[in-house]
Amino acid sequence: MRSLNDSALARLQEAVDAPDLEGTRYRLIAKLGQGGMGSVYQVEDRTLARDVALKVINLADGRNEVAARLLQEAQVIARLEHPGIIPVHDAGTLADGRPYYTMKLVQGKSLEDYVRDLDVMSDRLRIFLRICDPVAFAHAHGVLHRDLKPANVMVGLFGEVLVMDWGLSKLLTGGAIGSDAAAKPADPSLPDKCSAPGTDHGSVLGTLGYMSPEQASGGGQLDPRADIYSLGAILEFLLGTAGSGRVPRALSAICEKAMAAERNDRYSSVPDLAADVAHFLDGLPVTAYPESAFAQAWRWITRNRTWLLLLLAYVVTRALLIFFRSR
Amino acid sequence: MNKPLLGLVLGGILGIFDGLTAWFTPAVRSQIMQIVIGSTVKGLIAGILIGYFARKVNSLALGIVFGLSVGLVLAYGVAAMQPGPDHYYFEIMLPGGIVGTIIGYATQRFGQAPQPTTR
Repeated sequence: MRSLNDSALARLQEAVDAPDLEGTRYRLIAKLGQGGMGSVYQVEDRTLARDVALKVINLADGRNEVAARLLQEAQVIARLEHPGIIPVHDAGTLADGRPYYTMKLVQGKSLEDYVRDLDVMSDRLRIFLRICDPVAFAHAHGVLHRDLKPANVMVGLFGEVLVMDWGLSKLLTGGAIGSDAAAKPADPSLPDKCSAPGTDHGSVLGTLGYMSPEQASGGGQLDPRADIYSLGAILEFLLGTAGSGRVPRALSAICEKAMAAERNDRYSSVPDLAADVAHFLDGLPVTAYPESAFAQAWRWITRNRTWLLLLLAYVVTRALLIFFRSR
Repeated sequence: MNKPLLGLVLGGILGIFDGLTAWFTPAVRSQIMQIVIGSTVKGLIAGILIGYFARKVNSLALGIVFGLSVGLVLAYGVAAMQPGPDHYYFEIMLPGGIVGTIIGYATQRFGQAPQPTTR
């Protein structure tokens, strides 16, 4: 009997894992990718006649905790209505018992691919600011992402920046999601309001290199500063791959502060981090990098050079006219 | 501060300063008060015209060109009105043009643009 080779096995596995969409309004078109928690497929929504993305757990991961995490991911995303967070359209259970949810189909590039053609540092920083927006929004609604990295940021065809893959997201104690955040406590139907299923105290989930030390160690309660560390790592990635030469010291200082090993030394919130980057873009001082008086004066002169040159031209003209007239 | 007001204030300040520089010319020092008043009025007129232009047209290049033109035209008028055979066109129009350029730049870069109205 002939044995199956690896590629044949992979194709077989793919065919088995393909979602059985019988009885749903969706028709399978293609597989888009595979993550740690499941696979994403391009499907056609036959009712609304549009293509959407469908995320479903793999058959081999059909454990309750993975299914619960997928459901939580869908619930978290559905309530975080923000232009920088991909909208969820629908959720349900397939005929084979696997839970799924559908979301907007984003056509674009991952941040890693997108910035390859983006050499101008200010353009990269503006992209970074747009990554900060949805993360700050999620924090304000009591949600940590916990897996922020360039691969989880998509830039759409029209330049829209979307933070993806909220599968490791975590609801903070007392956090509430939705527009009625003040009145509504965290959803008690979610498996654990302090941590995602399977991410109990001591477990480690995330991506090395983008994960804060406290998240990597698996100890202690995480707070928004864990995501701030990851944002700092993304900023470092954006600066490190920029082709515009040396990174300004103020920007390096922002990275260092965001990625401080001790979380008390980091920015206390994402808006604070974003404000520092925005200040840098505007030629203003940043909190992470105290400047000398000379450096401050030089920056002021640089910012107002046209204005100063015009005034100087006027004074010099006047002085020359007075000089020549008095001779 | 809105753009016409910024132009007015800046034109006034630069006009006063421009007029005071006449003190360095002994021949006209005795008429310094008239010169300062005339120069201030010229600055105020230039400032409000350039400020209104900045309110209507949002373009740094056009703002500078308009400011330069207004500064030169008004300075030409002042020079032409000078009594006597010497009109000092160059001495009056050159700084006048620079003052207009400064106001044109400032009103485009700074000052509050009108808010869009909603219905």
